[in-house]
Amino acid sequence: MDLREAIGRRGAKMFKSGMLVNLGIGMPTILANYLPADVDLVFQSENGVIRFGPKPEEGYEDPYLTNAGAVPLTVMQGGCYFDSATSFGLIRGGHVDATVLGVLEVDEKGNLANYMVPGKLVPGMGGAMDLVTGAKMVVAVTEHTDKSGAPKILKQCKLPLTGKQVVHWILSELALIQVTPEGLVLREIAPDTTVEEVVAKTEAALIIPPEGVKTIEY
Amino acid sequence: MAKVITAAEAAAMVKDGDTILVGGFLGIGSPGTIIDEMVAANVKDLTLICNDTAFPDKMVGKMIVNKQFKKIIVSHIGTNKETGRQMTAGELDVELNPQGTLAERIRNGGIGVGAFYTPTGVGTPVAEGKEVRVFNGREMLLEMAIKGKVAFLKAAKGDKYGNLRYHATGMNFNPVMAFAGETVVAEVDELVDFLDPDDVHTPGVLVDYIVRRGR
Repeated sequence: MDLREAIGRRGAKMFKSGMLVNLGIGMPTILANYLPADVDLVFQSENGVIRFGPKPEEGYEDPYLTNAGAVPLTVMQGGCYFDSATSFGLIRGGHVDATVLGVLEVDEKGNLANYMVPGKLVPGMGGAMDLVTGAKMVVAVTEHTDKSGAPKILKQCKLPLTGKQVVHWILSELALIQVTPEGLVLREIAPDTTVEEVVAKTEAALIIPPEGVKTIEY
Repeated sequence: MAKVITAAEAAAMVKDGDTILVGGFLGIGSPGTIIDEMVAANVKDLTLICNDTAFPDKMVGKMIVNKQFKKIIVSHIGTNKETGRQMTAGELDVELNPQGTLAERIRNGGIGVGAFYTPTGVGTPVAEGKEVRVFNGREMLLEMAIKGKVAFLKAAKGDKYGNLRYHATGMNFNPVMAFAGETVVAEVDELVDFLDPDDVHTPGVLVDYIVRRGR
C-alpha cells in the first residue's frame, strides 16, 4: 500500500454519516476515494457548493460549476449553491463538521503551517485559515517525514502559521496522533512500523497512552 | 432601470489609479468581455479587489500579465506565476487575506459596517498590526471594511431592471461586490425583459449598468 492509499484509507474512517466535510486540495481529496459504503458524507467546496458529485463526462462540463481548484464538478440531488460570504459563514461559524488539510509543518501545540515558505512559495492562504479556525474537527494529513527524512511533526513550527492551536488529529502513513492539551498522544500506528520508529521520526514529544497504541486497520 | 452599455463603455469608466472589484473564483463567474476591454484600454496603477488572480491567460490574470495593477487585495495567487514574479520583483503590492475575511470585508464595505472582529488569522502573519480583542473567551482580529470605485460582476441572467441571477459556483464573490462598488456593472450571458422576483439573487437597484457578454 502506498503512502497516499494508507492515509486515504485510515482518514476515510474518521467521519460519521451526515457530517459536513471540506477536503483541501491535494492529498486530502484522496480520502473521498476510500469512504466506507455505509458512510454518507455531505461535502462542501468553499467556492459555493454543497453536495457536489464526481467530475462530469467529457463534453458535459458546466463552465460555471467547478471545485475550488477550477476542476469541473457535477451536483447531486439535495445540492445547493451560495455566495462566498455565506460559504465562509458556514465555515467560520462552526457549521462545517470536519476539514482535512495538507501540512508543511505541524507541532505539538496543534499549530499548523501549510500556506507559505517565505521567499520560495507564496501562493496565499485561500480559505485554509478560515477552515482551520471554524471547522469542528481539523485533520492534518502528511508524510511523516519530508523527502530528506526530516520530521514534519515538530516541537514548534518555524514557518508562518496558518492557524494557532487548531489541529485535532495528525494522520501520516505511519501513525494517527491526537492533539490534546497535555500534548500529542500516539493513538495508532501502521502494521509495518513500531512505536520506537514513529517516536524516532517525530521531533515532537509523543505521549504513549496507558491503554496502549492500536494498530491501524485499513 | 439599469442602462445597457457596451463592454468598451464599461471599461472606459475606469481611470488610472482607481480601485476596482471583480467577481469570480479562478475566473469562473468573472466578466470576461469587460476584462478584455480593460486590457485593450490599458488603464494603469489600478488596485484590484478579487478572490485571486486566475491564470495568466484567463480573466483578471490577463490584466496582471499586462501590468495594470499597482496593488491587489486577494486570497490566493498560486495559479498565476506572473503575479508571484511581479511581487518578488517589487513591482506589485500583494495584500493576502484569508478568503472568508476578504468576503466579509467586501460585504461590510457594501452594507455600511466599518469593521468587524474575526477569529480567523489570530497568531498568524495576518494578525500583524491589527487590534486583538477577546469575545466569549476567544481572541479575534479587527478587520476593516473595503469598497471600490467600480464593481464588475458576472451573472447568467439579468433583466432591464438590473436584477441578476447567477448560476452554480459562478456566484461566488459577485453578490457581495454588488453592494461594494460606487458604480456597479454586470456582464450577463442572457438579457431578459424581467426575471421572476423569486429568481433574483442580486436586487436590481444595486446595478447601474448591464453589458451583454461577447462571443
